Amino acid sequence: MLKKYLFAFIVLLVTFVCSIVVGAAETTIKDVWLALTAPGTNEQTMMIYEVRLPREAAAVVVGAALAVAGAIMQGMTRNPLVDPGLIGLTAGANAALAAMFAFFPDTNYIETVFACFLGASLGGLLVFGIGAKSFSPFRIVLAGAAISTFLYAIAEGIGLIYKVSKDVSMWTAGGMMGTTWNELKIVTPFICFAMLIAFWQSRQLTILSMSEDVAVGLGQQLTRVKTILFLVVMMLAGASVALVGNLAFVGLMIPHLVRSFVGTDYRFILPMSAIVGATFMLFADTVARTIHAPYETPVVAVVAVMGLPFFLFVVRKGGNM
Amino acid sequence: MIAPHLRKKQRVILLILVLFICATAVISMGIGYSSLSYDRLIPVLFGEGTFKEQFVLFSIRLPRIAITLLAGMALAMSGAILQVVMRNDLADPGVVGINAGAGVAVALFFLFIPIQATSFAYIIPFVAFLGALFTAIMIYILSYNKQAGLQPIRLVLIGIGFATAFSGLMVVLISGADRTKVDFIAKWLAGGIWGLDWAFVLALLPWLIVLVPFILYKAPRLNVLQFNDPVAIGIGVSLDRERLVLLLVAVALAASAVSVTGGIAFVGLMAPHIARALVGPRNELSLPVAMLMGGALLLLADTIGRNLVEPDGLPAGVLVSLIGAPYFVYLLWKKK
Repeated sequence: MLKKYLFAFIVLLVTFVCSIVVGAAETTIKDVWLALTAPGTNEQTMMIYEVRLPREAAAVVVGAALAVAGAIMQGMTRNPLVDPGLIGLTAGANAALAAMFAFFPDTNYIETVFACFLGASLGGLLVFGIGAKSFSPFRIVLAGAAISTFLYAIAEGIGLIYKVSKDVSMWTAGGMMGTTWNELKIVTPFICFAMLIAFWQSRQLTILSMSEDVAVGLGQQLTRVKTILFLVVMMLAGASVALVGNLAFVGLMIPHLVRSFVGTDYRFILPMSAIVGATFMLFADTVARTIHAPYETPVVAVVAVMGLPFFLFVVRKGGNM
Repeated sequence: MIAPHLRKKQRVILLILVLFICATAVISMGIGYSSLSYDRLIPVLFGEGTFKEQFVLFSIRLPRIAITLLAGMALAMSGAILQVVMRNDLADPGVVGINAGAGVAVALFFLFIPIQATSFAYIIPFVAFLGALFTAIMIYILSYNKQAGLQPIRLVLIGIGFATAFSGLMVVLISGADRTKVDFIAKWLAGGIWGLDWAFVLALLPWLIVLVPFILYKAPRLNVLQFNDPVAIGIGVSLDRERLVLLLVAVALAASAVSVTGGIAFVGLMAPHIARALVGPRNELSLPVAMLMGGALLLLADTIGRNLVEPDGLPAGVLVSLIGAPYFVYLLWKKK
């Protein structure tokens, strides 16, 4: 197991360095080293330090957050198709963002992040409130799709009425573009905190993922564990939307991928999901930056297109439900 | 044999819907960004208005009303057929990804093929049809299982996957394009009625004139398809052929509507349901009701949306989603 982690970590490091070196402006590995050790000595290192580094750091943080959020939700609901983007979390955060831009235009970044948490919770509660107990996994996705459409329509309506749609879409479609160190400083602690709680609860999550009867039989306080995990997911998803906007499919794909080589124990799945998720986001962002260079292709779109085959695969493999 | 009281009920409902549509259309003619007061409507209609009044009524309001009405009808019919063919109450051209497929095709065409202003309106429905057809076939193949046949829920899921990925693809496409084209496609995605010209009415009308009678003629077949496969085969319906033909018609209707109005979901879901609740599941009775219902819904949504915000209004698609999504959830809830 340790070997697998080591390998995954090395892949992450290599991807990280590559994604910093590759880009519209020419740089070398030496520049990257200089930027890390002594930024500001020349133009290249400045550029790397101020533009590419925060951006790739954001990719790492968000990729890890979304993958872990997806893994937790899949474990909690025993539903292979759950993803923060498909069950209303991102749409909720989106609607909250639009409302905030419209009604409280001069809020600062921390308040924005909190608005995203609230919105994500609202979206999640709506979907699960409607479908948690009585619905099959597939129906939850349907309810999620409908509620997402609803919340996106609200966001769009507010955006058009109060003339803030440009701000909102800049925010949500912007991806990692233009992330600053300041934003990172605010969001990263949230995500790290939520992730630590997730790792701490991972044993409970494994038990929960078997079945609720087993969990109760083993003496688990169901409500407490579920509430904690739900809050963790809200924080992870909300913070990701606050930082980079909407990303579907990441939280769906990564845990599946990870499960295929570390098994079904969430004590191993969660950390590995974080590493693989980060690697994947770095890769997607690098693709997004380079296929149309020097123009940006929104990373949202790249992820959505890459995610479809995977989604289809999971649906087909899921058998008759 | 259809019970006479049902027939009578259907006639009454149809009459009410026609009256409702007329009333909405009249209201819609009178309100809007440019003023045109109601007492001037009749003189202007008979050609006695000023140039400005004539222009507002005949070149802006009337074509828009006609397009909205026709598109709503087409979407409702398409939804009604899809619900029967896919044997799934939740099917809707917007939800199962057909709109998104048409959208990608339109975007590709718009970006990469030089456009002649004169033929644009007439080519767009064909392009949309090809895109939608491709998507529908993909979804159909992927959700088909040799043992179990077509699986309704899986079909909707795969449709959702396609819709998500295609809107992503659309963003990739437009991110490389220039500004004016991007604006156009963004509006298209939100479901704003954009084809505001008589040319688009003429582009949409033939599809309806040909396909609607065809479907009404096929209504008894649709009834049979609602039963399970062995029953339909026993009665002597060639299942695969019927399904294919009907699917093609549904895709054509949805694509022609969507090519003019942009991505509007949920009309095709709601209208047939309401119609069935009113006159029962017989397609001979419910299809005409569904058609008028769809037209009325979209016209109402567009009239409200158009006047809610000055000067551009909310896209009709947004308004329809606000009403339609809760309805969809209600259906899911009821069906469990």
